[in-house]
Amino acid sequence: MGEIEVNSINKSYFTKLAVSDLSFSVNKNEIFGLIGPNGAGKTTTIRMIMDIIKPDSGEIKIFGEKISEKTKNKLGYLPEERGLYKRLTVMESMIYLASLKGIDNTMAEKRGTELLKKIGMPDTRNKKIQELSKGMGQLIQFVITIINDPNLIILDEPFSGLDPVNTELLKNLIIDLKNQGKTVILSIHQMSQVEELCDRILMIDGGESVLYGNLKDIKTKYRDNSIILTYKGDLGQVPGIKEVKEKDGYAQLFLEQNIVPEQILKTLIDKKITINSFEIAEPTLNEIFLKVAKKKP
Amino acid sequence: MNKSLLIFKHELISTIRRPGFIILTLALPIIALVGMRIIHSTSKSTQQATSITKIGYVDQIGEFSKFTKEGSVTFIPYKTVSEATKSLVNGDIEEYIVIPQNYITTGKIESFAINVGTRVSSTSQEEITKFLSVNLLIGKVPPIIIERVETPPNISSTTLTSTGAVSQTQYNIQNIIVPSIFSILMALALIFSSTYVLQGLGEEKENRLMEVLLSSVTPNQLITGKVLGIGLSGLIQVVVWVAIIPILLHMASSQFGGIFSTITIPAHFWVFGIIYFILGYLLFAVLSASIAAITSTVREAQGASAIFGIFAIAPYWFYSLLLLFPNSIIWKIFTIFPFSSPVLVMLRFGVSAVPLWQIATSIGVLILSIIIGILLSAKLLRIYLLMYGQRPTISEIIKNIKTQ
Repeated sequence: MGEIEVNSINKSYFTKLAVSDLSFSVNKNEIFGLIGPNGAGKTTTIRMIMDIIKPDSGEIKIFGEKISEKTKNKLGYLPEERGLYKRLTVMESMIYLASLKGIDNTMAEKRGTELLKKIGMPDTRNKKIQELSKGMGQLIQFVITIINDPNLIILDEPFSGLDPVNTELLKNLIIDLKNQGKTVILSIHQMSQVEELCDRILMIDGGESVLYGNLKDIKTKYRDNSIILTYKGDLGQVPGIKEVKEKDGYAQLFLEQNIVPEQILKTLIDKKITINSFEIAEPTLNEIFLKVAKKKP
Repeated sequence: MNKSLLIFKHELISTIRRPGFIILTLALPIIALVGMRIIHSTSKSTQQATSITKIGYVDQIGEFSKFTKEGSVTFIPYKTVSEATKSLVNGDIEEYIVIPQNYITTGKIESFAINVGTRVSSTSQEEITKFLSVNLLIGKVPPIIIERVETPPNISSTTLTSTGAVSQTQYNIQNIIVPSIFSILMALALIFSSTYVLQGLGEEKENRLMEVLLSSVTPNQLITGKVLGIGLSGLIQVVVWVAIIPILLHMASSQFGGIFSTITIPAHFWVFGIIYFILGYLLFAVLSASIAAITSTVREAQGASAIFGIFAIAPYWFYSLLLLFPNSIIWKIFTIFPFSSPVLVMLRFGVSAVPLWQIATSIGVLILSIIIGILLSAKLLRIYLLMYGQRPTISEIIKNIKTQ
């Protein structure tokens, strides 16, 4: 059983259907990407998982049970719309928000101090939130999200508003969490980041699941049966190839139906072509995203 | 620790640390004390300036020589106006009056003084009136009649119930002072405290903190903790204000002839005062929470909540009518109407007896309204608190409550 089990949830806002018959599960110790175009229903899904809003129908289980106060204490959530008490200091904010997750003040202060050191901001502990820059505030919010040492962390657009240095820092912190055995759900727009970080993904569009599964399997599924080849010599006519696109330094060979790459490789060797590299072309997630999003009426 | 209790503690500390709260809590007593001090000093200096001992008079009738000393004031006769003026200029007398020949028919006399401000003191007017009345009556009516004319009647009124029995609450000026002061403070505290709830929730919505909080607590825990925490801060504010009342009454008492020293506050007033404050506050607070849930900004929320604040103040607009017609059915209706009952019941305690059934009904309605308010605000919080920058219409709100 997964850390999260979502079964046939539906949610409407007044007359607008936000999520429709959505089912998926998130496994322990994976980074799970929740992707989709704007207004696809990602944030609504996350809010239902966090019990901030209730689904109209369907069921959500976290750690095998319905969400309760006890369960909430084991979760960390960084919402897309986020903020902190501007007049409180960093440490006061940490202690108060950690206390709402069942962490006592001493433990919260200890964890908070450690995490501030980890993100290189130990000097900010007594600074008021309103004195921090936007990026600094965002990192503090991330720290507060994990101050209760949660087993499951949900991050909704965690990189938005961060500069490249802090983006890299946050990426490493997320990978660290995975290495510590935690489960992470990431909702992000940047497909390159999804590819870099996620093990499995769920793409939602119009409130429905349109892509779901292991990232490698999805990429395999969306291959266009082509080969990326860097070579020396004259290709000429190669049986089984329907089209050749010469690009800067390499060629993309599109295979005819029922032709496998091994057959092409054999033909090229027979033709005495010098092969520097031969790889099966894989679509980027961005290409898949655009392809799938376009298919939706 | 219970999460509502954590929010309660956080809200209490945050509210009483707000500069606005500290200033408001201290400003009201300070302004009242300073105001009382100014009145006290001004009246003292006026009294000193008007401690008139010698008043001249020019009697053009020839009837006013038998009685020339009234209290500490001696009346000195002058034959002509010029003689009186000369003495006034020399400082032999503080002022003088001219009693014209037609005084009996017109009642008019003229008064002259160097400094006009001192001439109009109520003390000298009182002495002059007595001087004129006694001189006209002396030798014509028995001394006891003159004494009665000199001393005005002491009216003691008794309020009866509709059955003719003596009412438990007797109307007199002393009885309405404390309820009036207390209900003013209550109205202010209700408005200020519910404003803090409004600001608290509104800021969390504006600062985008709401979703972070709701990922750890339920809307009910959030509202309960907030309302109670800020409510206690409001109660602290009222306690500070009420604590200053005895000092103000003591100062006022010396100012207004000891009238306030006769004031006694009945036990039932305190008991119901506390009950109505707590219930009134809770109602206004949950209402504020609902408004904060619907509106996008603190400013917008304050505008909407002002409408309900009017209900707390409204009983004062009709206070004179309450004094004139204390048993009107209007007061019965507004005693039961939850938004006006806390302040109105306090005011009614000072004017007439409030039947127990009306008190019981109004408390019942208040409790019911609070329960409905909490459920409603928690529901609105779920529906609207995560919607930013959208202002729903009333019909949309009703529709959404029904459908969600």
